[in-house]
Amino acid sequence: MSAIAAAVGFDGLGSWFDHHRRLTTALRWLGWATAGVLVYAVLILLYGKSPLHAFHEIWAHTLSSKFGLQDVAVRMTPLLFAALAVTIPARIGQVNVGGEGQIFAGGAGAAWVALTFTSWPAWLLLPAMAVGGMLGGGVWAGIAGFLKARGWLSEVFSTVLMNYIAILGVSALVFGPWRDPTSSNYPQSRELVPAARLPHVGASRVDITIFIALGLIVGFDWLLRRTRWGLEIRAIGGNPYAALRNGVPVSRYILAAMVIGGALAGLAGMGQLSALQFRLNPGLSASFGYMGFLISWLAGHNPRLIVPMTFLLAVLASSGDILQISQGLPSAIVTVLSATLMMIVLLARAGRRPA
Amino acid sequence: MSIAAAPSPVTASAQHATDPLLEARGISKRFGPLLAVDQADLALRPGVHALLGENGAGKSTLVKILYGYEQADAGEILLDGRSVQVRSPADARRLGIGLVFQQFTLIPALTVAENIALFLPDLPPVLDQQKIGRRIRELSERYGLAVDPARRVGTLSLPEQQRVEILRVLLAGARVLIFDEPTSTLPAQEVDALFDVFRRLRDDGYPILFITHKLPEVFALADTVTVMRRGAVVDTVAIAEVNEEQLVQMMFGETPATVHRGEVHPAGTTVLSLAGATCLGEGRPLVDLDLTIAAGEIVGVAGVAGNGQRELADAIVGVSRIKQGRRLLLGADASRWSVRRLRDAGVAYVPERALAEELIWNMTLEENVILGSPGRYSHLGGLTVDRRTLKEDFSGRMAALGLELPDASRRAGTLSGGNAQRFAVARELARDPKLLVALYPTRGLDVPTAAAVQELLLAARERGCGVLLVSQDLAELTTLSDRLLVMRDARIVADLNPRTADPYEIGALMTGGEA
Repeated sequence: MSAIAAAVGFDGLGSWFDHHRRLTTALRWLGWATAGVLVYAVLILLYGKSPLHAFHEIWAHTLSSKFGLQDVAVRMTPLLFAALAVTIPARIGQVNVGGEGQIFAGGAGAAWVALTFTSWPAWLLLPAMAVGGMLGGGVWAGIAGFLKARGWLSEVFSTVLMNYIAILGVSALVFGPWRDPTSSNYPQSRELVPAARLPHVGASRVDITIFIALGLIVGFDWLLRRTRWGLEIRAIGGNPYAALRNGVPVSRYILAAMVIGGALAGLAGMGQLSALQFRLNPGLSASFGYMGFLISWLAGHNPRLIVPMTFLLAVLASSGDILQISQGLPSAIVTVLSATLMMIVLLARAGRRPA
Repeated sequence: MSIAAAPSPVTASAQHATDPLLEARGISKRFGPLLAVDQADLALRPGVHALLGENGAGKSTLVKILYGYEQADAGEILLDGRSVQVRSPADARRLGIGLVFQQFTLIPALTVAENIALFLPDLPPVLDQQKIGRRIRELSERYGLAVDPARRVGTLSLPEQQRVEILRVLLAGARVLIFDEPTSTLPAQEVDALFDVFRRLRDDGYPILFITHKLPEVFALADTVTVMRRGAVVDTVAIAEVNEEQLVQMMFGETPATVHRGEVHPAGTTVLSLAGATCLGEGRPLVDLDLTIAAGEIVGVAGVAGNGQRELADAIVGVSRIKQGRRLLLGADASRWSVRRLRDAGVAYVPERALAEELIWNMTLEENVILGSPGRYSHLGGLTVDRRTLKEDFSGRMAALGLELPDASRRAGTLSGGNAQRFAVARELARDPKLLVALYPTRGLDVPTAAAVQELLLAARERGCGVLLVSQDLAELTTLSDRLLVMRDARIVADLNPRTADPYEIGALMTGGEA
């Protein structure tokens, strides 16, 4: 069978897809989008509200208003980093479920820098915080990567488990040693000095790290397609057994991909801390790590699809809040929708894969 | 059918009946653009029937249709002269059609009896182990299929596992037995034993169909032979009425070239040596292994699969680490070198199925060439690719090997298995290797492709490359090798002259038995 599949199945199927790739892709996206809208409409109907009215509300408060667009961009920033943190390891077959923990570890690293070197000027302190954030997230993911590269423990388990440690670890810090003595009620650190706050775009709430994230995505796409390292990454992703025999240092790539992924998640944590919250607290990330995981899988780990997918999920997340405020619908409705979409997409993909 | 019932062998008188037990008429099957089976007719009467053809001739597809794995686009299957629908392997088994697979489908953690019970129709909720065991022993004795029902399958050798496969097909009530390349994994003695089983089954009136591409087997065993080429049945003839040459012509349309081996070179400088090497990589450990390969020499390695051959290749190409002892490449201590460093120093590798083990199927051929030696095609330390060198290598050096190369921008996965194998060998030879490790490089290839790959191995030898050739094909090993090693239990147990070695002696060394 395999000989025939190689000679015929792939050949026939492959060339058909090559010829009609644009068309089939467009149709597939259209199908998913329609399915998503329908599921959303049904959910809203179940609550006895009018889907049309709800969709109009969403449109009015996200895409057609300046404030709405800003809100979407603010939500996109950590998600772009978190999605890359999943995509980079995924390209060599590593499943990084630990984005959430790496965001917390990165936030803690950046906070330590900011709370320690309070007298540094912004041009020195901000890069130092970024390094701290990347180190925090990178080391956190690197532990999982090391265990995997050694063949000791699957990264799926280690990253999930280390999420709990990181989240609870940050809680322990802000309840204990880093607790701000002046805020008696809230478990949070002292407020960051002004030099430790990221500049924003004009007067908006959007901070400059969104450009770093976009640049990294473009860069990673270029690296994959054009460079020797991209070739080796795609080789490992295609067949690690064969890649190893071609001389690709597979274990080193596993470790590097996890460390880099974790470092980027750490940057998301640094951004949340330094651009929006200004204090380390247990609410550093609103499940951005998990949503990044969702985005990367929806995008099929294709860097070019990360941005539109992130945009989509950011609009969805935004719409959840809007519906909660204007229609009294629970915002969890968005979580249900995201999960449904994820399953639809994964099922559609499983169906296309040659047996 | 209950376990206790006899497996309903056809009575001896049926041998004289002219009506076939199982018949396929006008079977066609299309996969995309390829017509894999083209209006094939096949009739099975009691006796041994060979289905002969090169790879991709449609043998396997036809058998899969008979067994319900694939559905025919056209044609019908008749059992006892009545048209039947075989939509799944379960249907086939219910109808009494049994298939013994090329790759075994047993569960290693279960015992022989449990594996067989799992396969039986109408399995009762509470298993009567004794009854199953008794039935197994009865059949074992009748057909010479010696195996202990209480053993765990994981502890059995490959030939023993094959016996279990045959037993369970018989116990499940098969009336027709189909074997998919049953001898491909067996050493010489075991092939004889298997043929003895076939003869006993034939004497009990079973129709037996066995797929093969080896002519000697056809003449040793078959009563009739059906030859397929490019999906179509060329002819079905009684074995007494054909000779080898005619069958070859039927298979290929013309007589393929045979491989010619040049004169034996005086042994050159040592390319590679393992000195007391101990490796604990994946698979079984290699302990205290010594091996030398000289320039311009093909060192053959014979052995039953799973006796450390794969691990030996991994140890040489650097996939597994040398824990003790040394690995020397051209006199330099390469014990701690990575795969990449060894490759850059001139080590090349060709596996059994290049598409699964060496090429990346979703990358283009060009990219696969780069992957093999990225240093050679990198500009700016890897930032960009040196297209010019790549083109020169591809259309110059690789084409100079006398191969028709497909378009460099094609994906590797679109090549047929044979073409992928040729490409993989060419890719490695274009790098001018000092040492080539070939692991079952021709297994499963049709005769012309296998010959082409063998020619390439000889070409490497002519250029002064040392070659380690691991193979299961004794004829290939004795034809190509300058020295022949035998591996058993992850040890090299013999170093023979391939010109004088007796196949039965080699077989005995492989299995640890007496010649």
